Amino acid sequence: MTTARTTMKRRDFLKISATAAGALALEFCFPLAAARAAPQAGVTEVNAWILIHPDDRVVIRIARSEMGQGTLTALAQLVAEELDCDWAKVGAEFASPNEHFRRNRVWGSMSTGGSMGVRASQDYVRRAGASAREMLVGAAAQRWRVPAAECAADKGIVTHAPTGRKLRYGELAAEAAKIPAPKEVRLRDPKDWKIAGKSVRRLDIPDKVLGKPVFGVDVALPGMLHASIAQCPVFGGKLRGVDAKDALAMRGVKKVVQQEGFVAVIADSWWRADQALQKLDIEWDDAGNGRIGNAEITAMLREGLNAAGLPKARETGNVDRAFADAGQVARVIEAEYASPYLHHATLEPMTCTAWFKSDGSLEIWTSTQDGEAAMQAAAAASGLPLERIEVHKMMLGGGFGRRGFPQDFVGQGVAIAKAMPGVPVKLMWSREEDTRHGHYRPASIVRMKAGLDKQGRLVAMQTRVACPSILKALIPMAMRDGIDFTSVLGLADMPYTVPHQRVEYASRDGHVPVGFWRAPGQQNGFYRECFIDELAHAAGQDPLAYRLAMLAPGDKERLILEATAKAAGWGTPPPAGQHRGLAVMSGFGSFAAAVAEVSVSAAGALKVHRVVVGVDSGYVVNPDTCRAQAESNVAYGLGPVLYQEINIRNGRVVEANFNNFKLPTLAEMPKVETVLAPTGGFWGGHGEPAILPVAPAICNAVFAATGKRVRSLPLSHHDLRRPAPA
Amino acid sequence: MMNFNVNGKTHRVDVEPEMPLLWVLRDHLGLTGTKYGCGISACGSCVVLVDGEAVRSCGVRAGELAGKKIVTIEGLGQDGLHRIQQAWIDHEVPQCGYCQTGLIMSVAALLAKHPKPTDADIDRDITNLCRCGTYPRVRAAIHALAKG
Repeated sequence: MTTARTTMKRRDFLKISATAAGALALEFCFPLAAARAAPQAGVTEVNAWILIHPDDRVVIRIARSEMGQGTLTALAQLVAEELDCDWAKVGAEFASPNEHFRRNRVWGSMSTGGSMGVRASQDYVRRAGASAREMLVGAAAQRWRVPAAECAADKGIVTHAPTGRKLRYGELAAEAAKIPAPKEVRLRDPKDWKIAGKSVRRLDIPDKVLGKPVFGVDVALPGMLHASIAQCPVFGGKLRGVDAKDALAMRGVKKVVQQEGFVAVIADSWWRADQALQKLDIEWDDAGNGRIGNAEITAMLREGLNAAGLPKARETGNVDRAFADAGQVARVIEAEYASPYLHHATLEPMTCTAWFKSDGSLEIWTSTQDGEAAMQAAAAASGLPLERIEVHKMMLGGGFGRRGFPQDFVGQGVAIAKAMPGVPVKLMWSREEDTRHGHYRPASIVRMKAGLDKQGRLVAMQTRVACPSILKALIPMAMRDGIDFTSVLGLADMPYTVPHQRVEYASRDGHVPVGFWRAPGQQNGFYRECFIDELAHAAGQDPLAYRLAMLAPGDKERLILEATAKAAGWGTPPPAGQHRGLAVMSGFGSFAAAVAEVSVSAAGALKVHRVVVGVDSGYVVNPDTCRAQAESNVAYGLGPVLYQEINIRNGRVVEANFNNFKLPTLAEMPKVETVLAPTGGFWGGHGEPAILPVAPAICNAVFAATGKRVRSLPLSHHDLRRPAPA
Repeated sequence: MMNFNVNGKTHRVDVEPEMPLLWVLRDHLGLTGTKYGCGISACGSCVVLVDGEAVRSCGVRAGELAGKKIVTIEGLGQDGLHRIQQAWIDHEVPQCGYCQTGLIMSVAALLAKHPKPTDADIDRDITNLCRCGTYPRVRAAIHALAKG
């Protein structure tokens, strides 16, 4: 091991001043907000969420990360709505994880995943805005010596109605901050929203078109070095030894760092580090996993499908009796569906910059979906207490779940920088490392058995799921009686009114790391909704009518399915040569449905022309960004349908880069029409739900076009050619 | 030492001729608007203009650039926003934003050649990968630019 253990003395936490680099994280702010740890003179923190400048600019602190979904803007809108400030003067900054720790987690959860950014924080961020507004109004009332009830706030100005006197928030902030926060605040009814609920422009976009935001990989610090990493290609393996002689002699190379599971080269530029990395002669111990391939993984899952005594995720009615009773079940249909491992493929690879500073503190700059988790990973890897660590949350070049659990890249960045005390070191994974060391969407196989009555109605359904467990690997405490809810999403909570249902789950884990891939469990939407389509056809019924007959009036799935089908023109003839398929699938707090229009050429080439996506999220904070998320989900959902797969051979991932793990292109992108149909009364997400019905809607349209039922993805393994007309 | 003409200025940098332009820009000139995505000219995150042509800077070596004029996202709008950048704001194109600078540079080259591109022109020339799926807005913004 070349890493020396740091011998820093424990001392009281020294407040980490906002270095020039620290302020980088705020680059996206309008109009360059104050550095958080050393606010500009006169800037007042009215409460933990809200800073007000003397010139009335309002800076709203955001605890969640921004990875493209527009969370930052939506949260700022919710605060600003209740604050009654002038939206044109609103900027945002990320809350500091270190300050969060020292202030007793004042900003709540920093975790950004599960489409929770808005829905799980909307209540307390709105309260923060309302509370600050009351304090500002109270400050004005005090100044004027009038009852607060005679004063009202609007667009950052408090007006005393009887006299017409006015004071700006910038003039009131310092006094407002001294007023105790009100115990109770009333939140505005969403129907009265003025800033929330509107398609205001995203705060982060103007800088993004200029190339100004500092993503994790863009961090630049004085004297900073760069690192490229090679992890054991076989999952679970370890480093046995490395000959670094040639690498160390190369230009710009400073050090070779060896750890249990990886080797890294530190140099004065990333390219030089990466060139030297490729000159290392590394010997790995594959931990006995070096012979595992696709066939072994399939066999593992298949064993799970056939195992006895599996935990039950759902048991309603009496499934066995129903299937045994010809009076109930007149016809049995069985099918097995499967899908492969999938990679997140964020365009920005995993990255972490770490700096062990001479004052005994550690600073981290990283693209993370959870600033607190990054801080904990840094603490674990450094041995330092949390109060000595600061994490600068940078803009994320995509997240999709990869940067939430685990924070593997942070631990590595810290271990590497530890070898260079006093020097900031930026670790960036090559694309090949990123592709081959993911936490993949689990491969799974699902077997479904349906019992139809004489009228073709689904009366009994038995489902077996064999799927590696994400929770067992990453959040074991979230397992419930052997059930990982992400593995049975959409199956255990199937909305159709089927009297007899059983869902069993075989967690078969294997050695391939799994993780939360945008909308975890979404493969079940493909399985379930294509199977339901099979049943509709077997019953000789229209796929929409068949589903609606199993959804109670007023059911949210029913409403969104009807709204989406109507917008898509279901029941009217599709454009010439095109065929439609539909699906409904809910999750992440929202209800979603999709109708796809596709054509398949005689040669078997599929073209997806149009996808209509409907989402009922209860409320909509920014309609335009929600539509953008629907478009995003169609694009993200298209790859796994067309060609994406992660294959395992010799214990390692076969795919390496975008030449063999392809992403959909602009030319392949269908037209997307979004139906936002919020029904109110609940808060659902937008980052993931719209992806749930995409794959089954397309595959059901493929069936309509070809008569071929696709039961495994991707489609590149299927021959969609149609026999030439006789 | 080698000279690079980037955004109208000459920079003298001590790099090896094999170093891809991408890393000269990012690690030696501090121009981080140009992004690394794949290193094999597959994704387009690193597109810059070299003598007006869209070039994937991870695939061109430092030693091949003598006398060539390089324009990066930082130099596209010489006085403030370029019209493509304005169109990107108007259509709220970016999501995470990582690939957008490469996309904008690719579109700059496309519009220079085809001021009124058809969908087929766009499909052929704009092959940049966007993981967030901003494609419908990219297409809409290009068509809006074509209309002037």
